[in-house]
Amino acid sequence: MSPRRETVLLLGFGNPGRLDDGLGPALAAQVELLGLPGMTVQSDYQLCLEDAEAAARHDVVIFADAATSGVEPFSFRRVVPVASVGFSTHSLQPEQVLGLAHRLFGARTDGYTLGIRGYAFNEYEESLTEQGKANLAAAVAFIREAHEQGSFIELPAMGPASGQATTSVDTVTSRT
Amino acid sequence: MDVALPTSMKKIVIEPVTRVEGHGKVTILLDEAKQVFQTRLHIVEFRGFERFIQGRPFWEVPVLVQRLCGICPVSHHLAAAKAMDRIVGGEKLTPTAEKIRRLMHYGQMFQSHALHFFHLCSPDLLFGFDADVAIRNVIGIAAKFPDLAVQGVMMRKYGQEIIKATAGKKIHGTGAIPGGVNKNLSIQERDFFLKDLDQMLTWSRGALAIAKDYTVTNLEMLAPFGSFDSSHMSLVRSDGAMDLYDGNLRAIDAEGGKIFDQVDCQDYVRYIAEEVRPWSYMKFPFIKSLGPEHGWYRVGPLARLNTADFIDTPEAEAERRTFMAVTGGKPNNLTMAYHWARLIELLHAIEKIQELLHDPDLQGTDLVVKGERRGEAVGIIEAPRGTLIHHYKVDDQDQVVMANLIVSTTHNNEPMNRAIQKVAKDHLSGVEITEGLLNRVEVAIRAYDPCLSCATHALGQMPLTVELLDHAGQVLDVKST
Repeated sequence: MSPRRETVLLLGFGNPGRLDDGLGPALAAQVELLGLPGMTVQSDYQLCLEDAEAAARHDVVIFADAATSGVEPFSFRRVVPVASVGFSTHSLQPEQVLGLAHRLFGARTDGYTLGIRGYAFNEYEESLTEQGKANLAAAVAFIREAHEQGSFIELPAMGPASGQATTSVDTVTSRT
Repeated sequence: MDVALPTSMKKIVIEPVTRVEGHGKVTILLDEAKQVFQTRLHIVEFRGFERFIQGRPFWEVPVLVQRLCGICPVSHHLAAAKAMDRIVGGEKLTPTAEKIRRLMHYGQMFQSHALHFFHLCSPDLLFGFDADVAIRNVIGIAAKFPDLAVQGVMMRKYGQEIIKATAGKKIHGTGAIPGGVNKNLSIQERDFFLKDLDQMLTWSRGALAIAKDYTVTNLEMLAPFGSFDSSHMSLVRSDGAMDLYDGNLRAIDAEGGKIFDQVDCQDYVRYIAEEVRPWSYMKFPFIKSLGPEHGWYRVGPLARLNTADFIDTPEAEAERRTFMAVTGGKPNNLTMAYHWARLIELLHAIEKIQELLHDPDLQGTDLVVKGERRGEAVGIIEAPRGTLIHHYKVDDQDQVVMANLIVSTTHNNEPMNRAIQKVAKDHLSGVEITEGLLNRVEVAIRAYDPCLSCATHALGQMPLTVELLDHAGQVLDVKST
């Protein structure tokens, strides 16, 4: 009997209406087409509270987002859950989602950020830059290969520490 | 009106305000005697989303406008769809189309109100304004009231699943199209929601009980807190009932007298205007007949409870009567009563969801109507935070040539500024400023559940900062996440 495959939640988030900020949802769309066993794919504009409940139902959660700076083509880092205070509102950071999954639902889900390097964010347009597309392709290949190898948990980190490379919508917004 | 500031002033800036939507800044200016001289809610960013829409084909707009906001995209989706219904001459929807849209909208209202209560405002109510900032948040709620914290997440999820089933996706759905909808609700989907319905009703009653008990028990303290007399505006049904999806505009004054009533949404520009002030990117709407100085008004749950003659679901109506009895049947002008009103709407939303789920029209197949093409249309909906106005002009090539959006938080711009001013003058004048005192400013803002990203037509989480400056312009304190 083959060992149990870990269940993975891939959360691609960002705003497809803001150029490369749509890299997270674009990754989710492409990975969903692969139909990888054991992998649940979700796409959203930003991370929300109920994502904690979804994360808690999986062994691994991968938060895929655009990165405004940092390594190319992408970074992949473990997320440390935080019992954050003072977060504003309906939009959360990966560390907070994971922290709520652990705190509210007693989960022990492992979390990772996949920060796909993007280059243009400051216009209203639903398209990706050519460099962004290339980085997206590399990230999709990474997900597929890691899935074939059987586990994300054992993967070495790539790129700078969590929170330095990946950036969420609010950080993108702050650049405009 | 702008007032030139004396040079010997002290200024407080609060940025960001925690647990509100959007990005803004509160500045509180103190004079040499440490008395509050001036307060302002500033919106930091501005982006011309209305210009972005111009040139796009009109049928794209209901999907496109959801890019405005990750918080209440369904409200923008439906307001734009309602306008585009008229563009295609399809404003008289089929029963299935209207009920699917209503279900989508009540799902949005339910999840939004639940999230605001359980995870944004309940820390203030359950721990108190002066509680340690380390526990006065959702993590603190999770530690002390774990059941409530989980309820908030599960109610939010229930509403989001309704949105997904009716709009096609949780976010940036495509369900509402000009003249109707593109899908109905299957029996399987209906049964999925019926399964958890009783639980949602029970939790809604429990949440409402908390808000009601808190307000009634603390009425003496809450009555003056950020409160002031104001006009109120919302949609109401033709018989005066609360209607969150459709209806005509009604505005009342602080005593309940009607300023206008049953105004056709297409005529809103004859009644509402917007004033630009040099210090804010967010406009200041006002009722034209009263002018900019006196014509400002409140929207949202408090306004809707005040303007409606009744609510057409039994439990929410009974709660409305209790709510109105507190002020002897007159409009309730307590800023902190927004929370109680919001929870009555939460109960109303789940009652409406219950009613709709048992309606076989949801499984109908007649989804779209069209009629005589128009070049201009207005769509208005009661979003969770208040009245949302979408106004478009479309040319003969089907391209949008004009778009004007007045979002809920913009309507509440002047009231939020007044609430801040009231709290600052009552609590910050002449005393040593503490975190708990500054939090009172945020508490007043949170009552309105503002979504500042919408209001400035910008995107994403945009927090708010509160900054205290002295008479020499020196920053004394900055409060931010």
